[in-house]
Amino acid sequence: MTSPPLLSVRHLTTEFHLVDKRIVRALDDVSFDVMPGQTVGLVGESGCGKTTVLMSIMRLLPSNGRITAGNVHFQGKDLLTLSEREMRDRRWKDMAIVFQGAMNALNPVMKVGDQIREAILLHKLMDSDAAEKRVEELLELVGIPYLRRDQYPHQYSGGMRQRAMIAMALGCSPALLFADEPTTALDVMIQAQVLDLLKDIQKRLGLTIVLVTHDLGVVAEICDSVVVMYGGKVAESGSADSVYNQPQHPYTQRLLAAFPDLNKPSDALAFISGTPPRLTDLPMGCRFHPRCDLKIAPCNEVTPPMIETSHAHYAACHFCQGKEAVFS
Amino acid sequence: MVRDANGRGLTYAPPSVHAPLGTDDAGRDIWTQLVFGARISLTVGFLAGFIAMFVGSLFGILAGYFGGRVDNLLMRTTDILLVIPDLALMLVLVATLRQMDLHISPLTVLVVVIGLLYWTSTARLIRSQVLTIKERQFVARARAIGAGHVHIIRKHILPQIMPLIVANTVLVLSTAILVESGLAFLGLGDPTQPSWGTMLNFAFDRSAVTNGAWWFYLPPGLAIVWVTLGCILLGNVLEEMLNPRLTTHHLEGEKNMVAIQKQVKS
Repeated sequence: MTSPPLLSVRHLTTEFHLVDKRIVRALDDVSFDVMPGQTVGLVGESGCGKTTVLMSIMRLLPSNGRITAGNVHFQGKDLLTLSEREMRDRRWKDMAIVFQGAMNALNPVMKVGDQIREAILLHKLMDSDAAEKRVEELLELVGIPYLRRDQYPHQYSGGMRQRAMIAMALGCSPALLFADEPTTALDVMIQAQVLDLLKDIQKRLGLTIVLVTHDLGVVAEICDSVVVMYGGKVAESGSADSVYNQPQHPYTQRLLAAFPDLNKPSDALAFISGTPPRLTDLPMGCRFHPRCDLKIAPCNEVTPPMIETSHAHYAACHFCQGKEAVFS
Repeated sequence: MVRDANGRGLTYAPPSVHAPLGTDDAGRDIWTQLVFGARISLTVGFLAGFIAMFVGSLFGILAGYFGGRVDNLLMRTTDILLVIPDLALMLVLVATLRQMDLHISPLTVLVVVIGLLYWTSTARLIRSQVLTIKERQFVARARAIGAGHVHIIRKHILPQIMPLIVANTVLVLSTAILVESGLAFLGLGDPTQPSWGTMLNFAFDRSAVTNGAWWFYLPPGLAIVWVTLGCILLGNVLEEMLNPRLTTHHLEGEKNMVAIQKQVKS
């Protein structure tokens, strides 16, 4: 890997202040790289901080959220040091996001076409006629007839709304696209359509995509590399190939084992006992140890460092044999 | 004008062909006063209502959207105004402002005082609505596309609360007209430009009731009731039209449904 990463997240730590004055550390020391032109899958159970990673990078955290440490280099610039004004200019132009559940991300009382145009005009990239042309192109790209530009979101089906959201995200030709569970709440057929569309767009536009999902099957299908998160930390990251074939972290191993094999149907589904840790009440040491079969002496005391187990494949587990701790 | 044999105007003349609503204690025609009084009552009521609506919406949106300290400041101001009895405060304010010799007409004083005191409930209503809207995801999306506060409020929040503002404006208008009448009745109107409230004040002062001159005090009273009721009914209808959630077609009796089915068949 010779080219510098497009997005490089280091030691990102985000905290939320709760109403009762407690502080929850939703992200703890999260580090990963995104290479240009790649699709990166961000996977993990609900509440492990996947969406918070995206929101921290875009600096769109709710008002009780604070980024307390770390940096986010995007095209060589640290996003966390930019002023709010500069950040506002960069959003959507440099990086766009397809929200979880597009039906809610569209304004119900605005025509879909106008909403797609809104972002383009907001950044003053072109005049209103050219923007309209662009809307036409974008709708064609995602397979929505231009005739339906003047319709409102409730007149669209779920899949169409999701595609309209993707069209909107591409409006300013961003270098990086975040897709936050773009297929949840869609049925299987439409899921496949939307994923095909993303894949197709990536090929055509050379886009870099960070895809947040629960679905390991989706990741295997379209991602080049994977970041597995657990309890606000990165458990394992690496190329999709090596993570799938040689998972290093016990969590990843169990997660992959829980995926039923269609060729060898077995009676019982494998599962991971217990629940993900509550962020207000984290276990000492490795966050996965209460649910881990392999735990040894240091697991419940010492937080395992991130280790490079093989080329560009990192895992945070005491069992991993590797070169040395990285990202320090 | 109804005159006696000597050509003098009759006082407390009952309604007749010449004076449809009779005359008052000075022999003036009540119908004429009622018509010209409408001008004052409605002008003061509408202007004050619009001021109240504007201030209330602005405060509500700012407090709801920005939250935190702005919210605290604006809402505590609202609370303070809410707990002071309106009528007493208005009496004091109008009386004091009159004394201060500011060279503004008494009616302007009324408009400003009513307008600047009656926005509180609107502000609370709008604020609560803005609070729910700003948490919706399309507002987060608008932030993500790089929109500023002004853009978000104008394009994404205002259209959503517009129905509420419109429906509420009509209701505030009716309150403003009522309050204007109340103040005028208490003698704070402009005697040279009588409104319906001022007429009631005259009728009360000049013992229309003991004289049995019902044509003096009933017409302005009924006019106030009529306009206020009209505003409230209009407000309800507007709300029902603008807010689809309030429609009740599906709850209408079976009779109606059968009628619809028949129509479809034929």
